[in-house]
Amino acid sequence: MMTNPTGRLTQGQFSFLPELTDAEITLQIEYGLGKGYAWSVEYTDDPHPRNTYWDMYGMPMFDLQDAAGVLQELTACRQAFPRHYIRLMAFNATRGVESVAMCFIVNRPPVEHGFMLERQEAQGRNLRYTTSGYGVSRPEGERY
Amino acid sequence: MYAIPGIHRTGAQPSPVPEEVATAAPAPVARTVAAVLADAQIESVLQELDTDLVGLAPVKARIRDIAALLVIDRLRMNLGLAAQAPSLHMCFTGNPGTGKTTVALRMATILHRLGYVRKGHLVAVTRDDLVGQYIGHTAPKTREVLKKAMGGVLFIDEAYYLYRPENERDYGQEAIEILLQVMENQRDDLVVILAGYSDRMDTFFQSNPGMSSRIAHHLAFPDYAPPELMQIAEKMLATQNYHFGAGASEAFGRYLELRLRQPHFANARSVRNALDRARLRQASRLFADRDRELSAQDLSTLTEADFLASRLFHTTQGDA
Repeated sequence: MMTNPTGRLTQGQFSFLPELTDAEITLQIEYGLGKGYAWSVEYTDDPHPRNTYWDMYGMPMFDLQDAAGVLQELTACRQAFPRHYIRLMAFNATRGVESVAMCFIVNRPPVEHGFMLERQEAQGRNLRYTTSGYGVSRPEGERY
Repeated sequence: MYAIPGIHRTGAQPSPVPEEVATAAPAPVARTVAAVLADAQIESVLQELDTDLVGLAPVKARIRDIAALLVIDRLRMNLGLAAQAPSLHMCFTGNPGTGKTTVALRMATILHRLGYVRKGHLVAVTRDDLVGQYIGHTAPKTREVLKKAMGGVLFIDEAYYLYRPENERDYGQEAIEILLQVMENQRDDLVVILAGYSDRMDTFFQSNPGMSSRIAHHLAFPDYAPPELMQIAEKMLATQNYHFGAGASEAFGRYLELRLRQPHFANARSVRNALDRARLRQASRLFADRDRELSAQDLSTLTEADFLASRLFHTTQGDA
């Protein structure tokens, strides 16, 4: 269990904390909106650490003033993908920054298997290591 | 459970969330109307409305009612009685130039200061912003606009264009259905204001009865009486740093009398246009006199002649 000591995926902000409630998520969204970030919702069932680009749920939401719009989108995404990982990302569009400023997971599958460490024996006594999620051998949509 | 940085907003505005209001004043709990009025800015909102907008008695009365309900709701909450946010969707109908758009723009600020909407911004849209061009385009487009309007006021100008009965495959119907859904389910998140000319809004509501019943406030904007139009003219001039010269006010009064009898009279808009034309005449009058030294007084005075030069005084026909 070296890659999965807590049985929980730890990626992005707040991932070592208990699950955020909707009220707490709202406060985070408000904070980002106050900074002028554009929120977007993404989901995946392959949460490999190197899988940077998750699937977008709808367009990134620019020009929003209130958290209700983002939360509405998140609720819709949770309904569509209840057993997927879902994260919220805040994009900072400031010239010269133009990158994701905040990112946290807001939905997880009921059971998280974590990742397997694979060892490949190469020339000589070399070992090559790679990790892969236990679920990914199954087809998309049936992993969790 | 844990500290979240940046959630404490600083600012002079009253907190829009009712429970925060209740906790904001910990020591004495307000039991009288006066006590609630003291910490909300309701009085000043109402006063501002009275001074800034001429006429419009039914509109002002309705806003007063809404404000009163807010105060009573706070008192109820202080005593632990349930207070449900009222439905605030509105429909403004009236002839051209009666101030529908002006009031809607103000309504966002007013509702925010009364604590009914969280952010108090206004998103003004027309049919083009809601209805898409091809199948499957309308729903995302409408939802995006609705998301932008959350926490504020969505103002749909010329709302009757949304529904085009002559084309049964028109996508407007889809936009209306999404609107209705959000108006019903997310009443706390946004206030929808529809505006349009009375007769066409009537046909719009006849074909969309669901829309009519979901709008709690149907406000009819009356036409302005001549003295009100004069008052509006004076206000308009004052904001632009102009004023009536000797006899000009009377001339403008006579102009309004004549103009009222003409077709296509558009209330305050016609007043504004007339004043703009008077400014043009004043400009060319001053322009003609090349060598005269002009004082601030000269530059800001509209004289009687500027108004009497209007076509209306010379012909009985024509839209001067």
